[in-house]
Amino acid sequence: METMTLGGALNAGLRRALEADERVVLMGEDIGRLGGVFRVTDGLQKQFGANRVIDTPLAESGIVGTAIGLALRGFRPVCEIQFDGFVYPAFDQIVSQLAKLRARSGGRLTLPIVIRIPGGGGIGAVEHHSESNEAYFAHTAGLRVVSCSNPNDAFWMIQQAIASEDPVIFFEPKRRYWDKGQVEPHADLPLHGSRMLGRGDDALLVAHGPSVALALAAAAAAHEDGYSVGVLDLRSLSPLDLPTLLDAAKRSGRVVVVHEASTFGGIGAEIAATITEHCFADLKSPVLRVGGYNIPYPPAGVENEFLPDIDRVLVAIDRSLSFQVAS
Amino acid sequence: MSNKDVASLERIAPELEPQSIPTPERDVIRFVQSDGTLTELGQSRGVDVGFAQSLYREMVLARRLDVEALALQRQGELNLWLQCAGQEAAQVGSIRALDAADMVFPSYREHAAALSRGVTASELLSPWRGASHAGWDGSARRFHLYSLVLGTQTLHATGFAAGSRLAGTDDIVLTYFGDGAASQGDVNEALNWAAAMKLPVVFFCQNNQWAISTPSSSQMGAPLHQRAAGFGMPAWHVDGNDVLAVHAVTEAAALHVRSGRGPAFIEAQTYRMAGHSSSDDPGRYRGADEVTLWGGRDPISRMAKLLGELGTAEQFFAGLRAESDDFARDIRSACLSIERPRFEELFGNVYAEPHPVMERERAEFCALTSMLDAGV
Repeated sequence: METMTLGGALNAGLRRALEADERVVLMGEDIGRLGGVFRVTDGLQKQFGANRVIDTPLAESGIVGTAIGLALRGFRPVCEIQFDGFVYPAFDQIVSQLAKLRARSGGRLTLPIVIRIPGGGGIGAVEHHSESNEAYFAHTAGLRVVSCSNPNDAFWMIQQAIASEDPVIFFEPKRRYWDKGQVEPHADLPLHGSRMLGRGDDALLVAHGPSVALALAAAAAAHEDGYSVGVLDLRSLSPLDLPTLLDAAKRSGRVVVVHEASTFGGIGAEIAATITEHCFADLKSPVLRVGGYNIPYPPAGVENEFLPDIDRVLVAIDRSLSFQVAS
Repeated sequence: MSNKDVASLERIAPELEPQSIPTPERDVIRFVQSDGTLTELGQSRGVDVGFAQSLYREMVLARRLDVEALALQRQGELNLWLQCAGQEAAQVGSIRALDAADMVFPSYREHAAALSRGVTASELLSPWRGASHAGWDGSARRFHLYSLVLGTQTLHATGFAAGSRLAGTDDIVLTYFGDGAASQGDVNEALNWAAAMKLPVVFFCQNNQWAISTPSSSQMGAPLHQRAAGFGMPAWHVDGNDVLAVHAVTEAAALHVRSGRGPAFIEAQTYRMAGHSSSDDPGRYRGADEVTLWGGRDPISRMAKLLGELGTAEQFFAGLRAESDDFARDIRSACLSIERPRFEELFGNVYAEPHPVMERERAEFCALTSMLDAGV
């Protein structure tokens, strides 16, 4: 057991993956000599060489498109997209090429590619550096989408993602890169398993990535008021860990989904629909969503008004707890 | 293919020699050398001292903005700052070669060009203070909003130029981009599109040698000015730290473009003297020798020397120093008085026509805020 930052845990996980399988190659802008703008790949080029930790030209479509070619040639590329808002030039390569090639080939081709995206806001950044665009990818069949929230999961999930035979979009909560935590000697969950934190007899908060810490803080505040509020850290956005999600929803009967992305057409909508479809009779109130407002991510000076905060989560918990069906 | 195979190919099929091969980099066009003396070409062109002084003045003020903004960032008044230090000549020389009606599509480091177009310090600093995404009226300034997603603006420039041609006006468009952005698909699509449609665009590449930590030498397989020929447009390769040469070359390119002969390309060799941003540590990836070498090619000091040689009075320099000090004070006070937007106003900026989701969410936000303010 070792204490690491989330960014440091990703670095250690990537190092293990590079050591374990020589087909693993890392590629991205500024990931080699600089070690990435968040230093997630710090020291890896020095250790494994410029052929395996590749500084690419400044071209996201190129990064993903050539990763597909490398995968077709038998390699296992791990791409870094520098910031969430820079993934869109690669969107065609991801949703039309990467996601579909296996199905198009009648199941003959495998594309074991990981695309790492630092996501989310709250760091006072300029435009295009704070987005939560996971729903675009989760909407696309052929992609697996995961989101880590703490150093232990970061360490294990990145290795599991690299070991996956399918394309994985791997979201990293950039504002939590410097959060410290214990990294366990063994993975306790598969890549697509969700983690239940606390009991949640009264209400359940469902969150992922950067919002898990917020959900835990809100649960602690609710606990002081005498309520048992559990937190489900989704970890996997596609596929969802349905057994864990539905068990938790049934036990609480009251569910609030929290994420930074705008709520319209977001992951929260999928969670709400899924819970409603599967355990309508167990619900005591409608599934509620707390997310970013449905506007483009605002200037940093007002991002705190945009992002879900503990007040908004507690208000939603109150609404859920006080909900009564009109008779 | 091994060298041996290549040799056999040449022996077996000499008639199949490639018809086009990469050509070496062309020398830059230069009027003023790093030490401030005129080149032969510069001497033959002559110097309009009054005009050169006005270019020099804009470069000095832009450098001052950079220094003050970095200080403001270090003091926590700006979230981030991207310095343009070293690139003043490339920007001032080019933008001053345009007509006032010509539209400009910048990337995000064009502060000297922005100032030249009348963008105020307050407008320029506003996004870096987290108060806006773009602080100025792009149409009024004839200077579009910064584009942080690299190279995207080159297509907007191309479309704007198509519009000017459709409208039958004789204004042209200039777009700035960098050596890194030149690797993006958008830039190459813009070059092809503008050439295929013979649109009035000047593609101005400031090759500042670095895309964050990636040197130009790893970014591309051939010099950028050579790439233009493949798209079907003329290119100039200019010393981007020589404001007089940049101005002359851009004037020539603008003339070509305005005459209806299609787009033109300029590669200006310059240098990003600072890091990529105030968050970057360039010491991790580039040597001090290189920084010192380019420091000796500074665009501002070479013009100061030239102007002095040409008899510019000390009074001019002293006056400019005083103006620069005043500007610095204005920058500071402008920065500190930039106000954050009111969050509820942002819902009104998203759509041109009324939108039920915006109205509902604004109402929800306001209700929540009043409820929390009331301590309920």
